[in-house]
Amino acid sequence: MLKRRLIPVVLMRSGVAVQSKGFRRYQTLGNPVTIVERLSDWCSDELIYLDITKSDRYDLGRDDLAGNNHPDPLDILEEIASRCCMPLTFGGRIRTIADAATRIERGADKVSINTGALQTPELITQIADRFGSQCVVVNIDAKRADHAWTAHCGAASARDAEAWAREAQDRGAGEILLQSIDHDGRANGYDLDLVHAVATVVTIPVIALGGVGAWAHLRQGLDAGADAVAAANIFNYSEQAVLKAKRHLFEAGANVRPPELAHIVTEAA
Amino acid sequence: MTPVIGLIEGASGNIASVRHALRRLGAETTPVHTPEQLVACNAVILPGVGNLPRVMESLRGAGFDHAICDFAASGKPLLGICVGMQALATSGSEGIGTECLNLIPGRVDQLRTTGLDRLPHIGWNDVEPRSASSLFASDTPFDAYFVHSYAFVPDDDAHATSHSTHGQRFAASVERDNVMGVQFHPEKSQRAGLALLERFLSLAA
Repeated sequence: MLKRRLIPVVLMRSGVAVQSKGFRRYQTLGNPVTIVERLSDWCSDELIYLDITKSDRYDLGRDDLAGNNHPDPLDILEEIASRCCMPLTFGGRIRTIADAATRIERGADKVSINTGALQTPELITQIADRFGSQCVVVNIDAKRADHAWTAHCGAASARDAEAWAREAQDRGAGEILLQSIDHDGRANGYDLDLVHAVATVVTIPVIALGGVGAWAHLRQGLDAGADAVAAANIFNYSEQAVLKAKRHLFEAGANVRPPELAHIVTEAA
Repeated sequence: MTPVIGLIEGASGNIASVRHALRRLGAETTPVHTPEQLVACNAVILPGVGNLPRVMESLRGAGFDHAICDFAASGKPLLGICVGMQALATSGSEGIGTECLNLIPGRVDQLRTTGLDRLPHIGWNDVEPRSASSLFASDTPFDAYFVHSYAFVPDDDAHATSHSTHGQRFAASVERDNVMGVQFHPEKSQRAGLALLERFLSLAA
């Protein structure tokens, strides 16, 4: 039986991993490569890597971060891909089919698109036709407005989040990464109404993101209809956080992979 | 002498992850860009992400279809991954229908799922090997990572060496002599996946 997934999200801004609150405040965490290695060692089910920088090149201007300094986000992607033995989704500034192809060639298994899809909905179909639906994750950043939610990309779009999720599916999206802007960084749990509403209108998997502050919130997301539960900030607070989260879900009876740590590097003689 | 492990490029998708996984096992792969390069390989991996018609079109366009069949006829191990496994079938029903390599007779059809089982089938699922075989040390079930909507239905069920279930029971792997295919992604399946790749490498030694 297909397992529910637990997915850490790494947010990168100008070459460093950050924490986010309400999509406005950012706190530096450090070298994304080191963070990804750790998440891989904890046997995460998948990894989502979102680059929220606004420009294509970084000017880090600092040498105190462990590891190499990478001015190019795609170099970081390649380095991460070479170290993580799990499926990797990359999102950030993908506006054309060529952008998507480059990221897949550099090691992404799936691409996540938000602004690109809202601006050019045909992009969803183009990527699906070339690489398959399973390769296209449509990221919806939803903000509550009265009794519904609107999809955002920097500014609000005119689109209703539920209708947009449905349209994205019809255009060939393989998954919806559903993030609540209102709950981002607040640690008060997912926007469960949002998760339930979107999971009800689509038949493709929905990944819930935004608001996890306690392991119990993960189970709530699954119960609301999410196929996968994602979180960012909480996985940076303690050692072996993914293992702890998975153990919590496993012991709560959720259908997840048994918790374990990786001892997967078997150097052949 | 170190065996040459060929990795067929250009059939679209993320080839890098297969290369990285084999490197973790201490094996370097040789990128195969032209059909002629297959002759020098001791074992070949045909990865594939995306849709079957497109993968077949690109293989055929580069002249790989005959070359892969010739390689298989040489008796050396061949492993298809995901759509690379589907390409081993006789035909596929995705799109307007596709003729495939016919190395393991069978067809590729969309998974029949009910409302609760979403498509694509994405994530970790149980793989249940029928018994120990070239790729499996035993019949112990394990979790592997799947990303697909279509599945291989072999004409001869004996060619299915393991099964998984999503809406319906389907072949998670197939094997006919030296030709093998896995629907899941061993390169993304952590410990169990690497163990499988290690067994495949040992066939080439």
